[in-house]
Amino acid sequence: MDFRYSPEDEAFRKEVRDWIKENLPESWATEQEALGISEDSFQMALEWQKRLYKRGWVGLTWPKEYGGGGGTLMQQVILSEEMAKARAPGIANTLGVGMAGPTILSFGTEEQKKQFIPKILSGEEIWCQGFSEPDAGSDLANLKARAIRDGDYYVVNGQKVWSTFAQYGDRCLLLVRTDPDVLPKHRGITYLLMDMKTPGIEVKPLKQMTGDSEFNEMFLDNVRVPVSNRLGEENRGWYVAMGTLAFERAGMGQAIMFKQVLNEIFRLAAKTKRNGIPAIKDSTIRQRLAQCAIECEIMRLNSYRSLSTSLKGGGPGPEEMFSKLFWSEMNQRMTELAAQILGIDSVIEGEGEAQLWQYRFLRSRGNTLEQGSSEILRNVIGERVLGIPR
Amino acid sequence: MEFTLNEEQQMLKGIARDFLENRCPKAHVRDMLTDEKGYSPELWQDMAELGWQGLMLPEEYGGTGGDFVDMVVLIEEMGRALLPGPFIPTVVYGGVAILQAGTSEKKNELLPRIAQGELSLTLALQESSERFDAEGVAAEAVEKEDHYILSGTKILVPYAHVADYILCVCRSRSSSDAEDGISLFLVDAEGEGISCITRTTFDGRKLCDVKLGEVKVSKANLLGEPHGCWPLVKRLVDHGSVAMCAEAIGGAQMAMEMSISYAKERIQFGRPIGTNQAIKHKCANMFVDVECGRSIMYWAAWAVDEGVPEASLAVPMAKSWCCDTYRRVAADSIQVHGGIGFTWDHDIPLYFKRAKTLEYTFGDCDYQREIVVRELERQLASG
Repeated sequence: MDFRYSPEDEAFRKEVRDWIKENLPESWATEQEALGISEDSFQMALEWQKRLYKRGWVGLTWPKEYGGGGGTLMQQVILSEEMAKARAPGIANTLGVGMAGPTILSFGTEEQKKQFIPKILSGEEIWCQGFSEPDAGSDLANLKARAIRDGDYYVVNGQKVWSTFAQYGDRCLLLVRTDPDVLPKHRGITYLLMDMKTPGIEVKPLKQMTGDSEFNEMFLDNVRVPVSNRLGEENRGWYVAMGTLAFERAGMGQAIMFKQVLNEIFRLAAKTKRNGIPAIKDSTIRQRLAQCAIECEIMRLNSYRSLSTSLKGGGPGPEEMFSKLFWSEMNQRMTELAAQILGIDSVIEGEGEAQLWQYRFLRSRGNTLEQGSSEILRNVIGERVLGIPR
Repeated sequence: MEFTLNEEQQMLKGIARDFLENRCPKAHVRDMLTDEKGYSPELWQDMAELGWQGLMLPEEYGGTGGDFVDMVVLIEEMGRALLPGPFIPTVVYGGVAILQAGTSEKKNELLPRIAQGELSLTLALQESSERFDAEGVAAEAVEKEDHYILSGTKILVPYAHVADYILCVCRSRSSSDAEDGISLFLVDAEGEGISCITRTTFDGRKLCDVKLGEVKVSKANLLGEPHGCWPLVKRLVDHGSVAMCAEAIGGAQMAMEMSISYAKERIQFGRPIGTNQAIKHKCANMFVDVECGRSIMYWAAWAVDEGVPEASLAVPMAKSWCCDTYRRVAADSIQVHGGIGFTWDHDIPLYFKRAKTLEYTFGDCDYQREIVVRELERQLASG
């Protein structure tokens, strides 16, 4: 057992740090979060992605032939660690790089890889997602958006909801029903890659309790998707989608980001008074600070563990099964603690630091719902990992 | 970067599990609850033959030259089996102290005997103030020619009643800095002036009050630098705390496995109780907590073994998480088992009691969290 990085790893780290110093404008480091979900914030993310892409650091581990960096997993980890430490903005094509790319690389044809991957990396084509429906949330296999084959096209009709970033999307990962009668229901689902400029698509943003709109309703009215844009076989879309979910592992970068949020909460506790004394002197607050710090550290260690398993060529370890369940609930505890320290200021509308915490506090409630609710994830652990019957 | 058990460690784990399932079944654990010694000398001897007492000792002293992470792998299995006895006091406190701070004479004299299972040692740190830091050390050591005279009372000394040597933490010089002036003595437990009152915890472990009534100890029995031993004592406490974490995770793992099996087998309303989410989710939570505990426990073990600065955070963090986890998992196991889990015939209460006893050793979870915050405040202040 050894938790140290090798000299080569550290050399790469220095390379990344030096590059960030040259290429990341100082004000960007904090600005993006303050901009919230907005056109300005999106443009900043896009510009940042372009700079990274030029350096070969978007899709660092992806094959070079499709525009990837051809780097190692370890380098990817170091890159995301350093990005988090520098508080660099996120990239614009979150879903493209996080989800569409890895899925297309795993399940796509050679043509699809050549067509889509380079533009995913450069940010030329922003991807969004159309999985959930009003009657198919946790029970995703119940989805009804109907696709009927018409020559070289699928004609799609139906309604999607919670479509992340559909308002910015050029292309969409779409799950549709191609067989309405088959049982079990998940055997009648097909995975399509849809051009968002196709006639018949209407996107309506959903306003969240934070005031932002990350998610949308999407109405599909006789939308024609070429059969050549089907990912995997007809009626096998469920297995492709499950493969996609496997790519959603929480990384080291995220662990470091939480660590920084924690440090901010420490500073907040030091300068904010409660009942006449700094909050950090309050023993209840201290206990909660410690608990959050322990959980942040555990998240980092769990990431190391899955990295170590991956480097040895092993499949996902037990810690990977609950990484999202763990951090989503941790983030709620952390943001609740920050709000508690701020007291009434955390609920008053306006500008400034308190508003940032207010946003994080409200946004965290979505964490335990999106990408599998905590209840669904506990079912998955209970049934698939522990073998308890359904 | 390497965060998985190596082949030897996996093998050790397997051997330990088989041996302890065979030699330390629950009937043995129950027998020891009322045993005066609190452990079986025959089993102790057989463990020595497997090389367990010498696992961390270099080959020149009859050991097998393993590291503390290997030891933690073994202790996890001991926690799973609820093995009673002075293994951790002897091997982790005694062995590490002599190895790190003993003169070559003491090492040659004592380490091979530890490895062979001939000796039992323990650490006497706590006093009536019930503190775990240097300020809690009031027992005095007064220098006189070629020896020291020790006086004071140590409490909660594990298995002192069967120990051959007691490592006594004493104040040998007064100083404005509480951590200065601490010395560590290797005291013959049969020596004149020592009296011992044994108390038994509700899980059958032995904790003793040791009275030092002007005990004469030769200077040759000083471990490490006179007056400058607090860093060594701190290292022993760190090793001990991580050993507790390993016991906790091993025990919690077993309690979890028992709960999962029961959730699958027990039929109510015509179906296994595990099909109810109220039960299933409890089991899922156990799994998450135990795996997270394993992550942080191995990190702490590595940090302590390497002596890297992050140990100062890793140890209290691990102790807090692992002991919370053991207590929570054991309590939820009782709930999952229903009425049968509340009966003394069932094994789950043994784990529940062990969890609570472990939490108090070297400071409960609230105490550990306070240490975590202090350390983080210090780190943030120094940038």
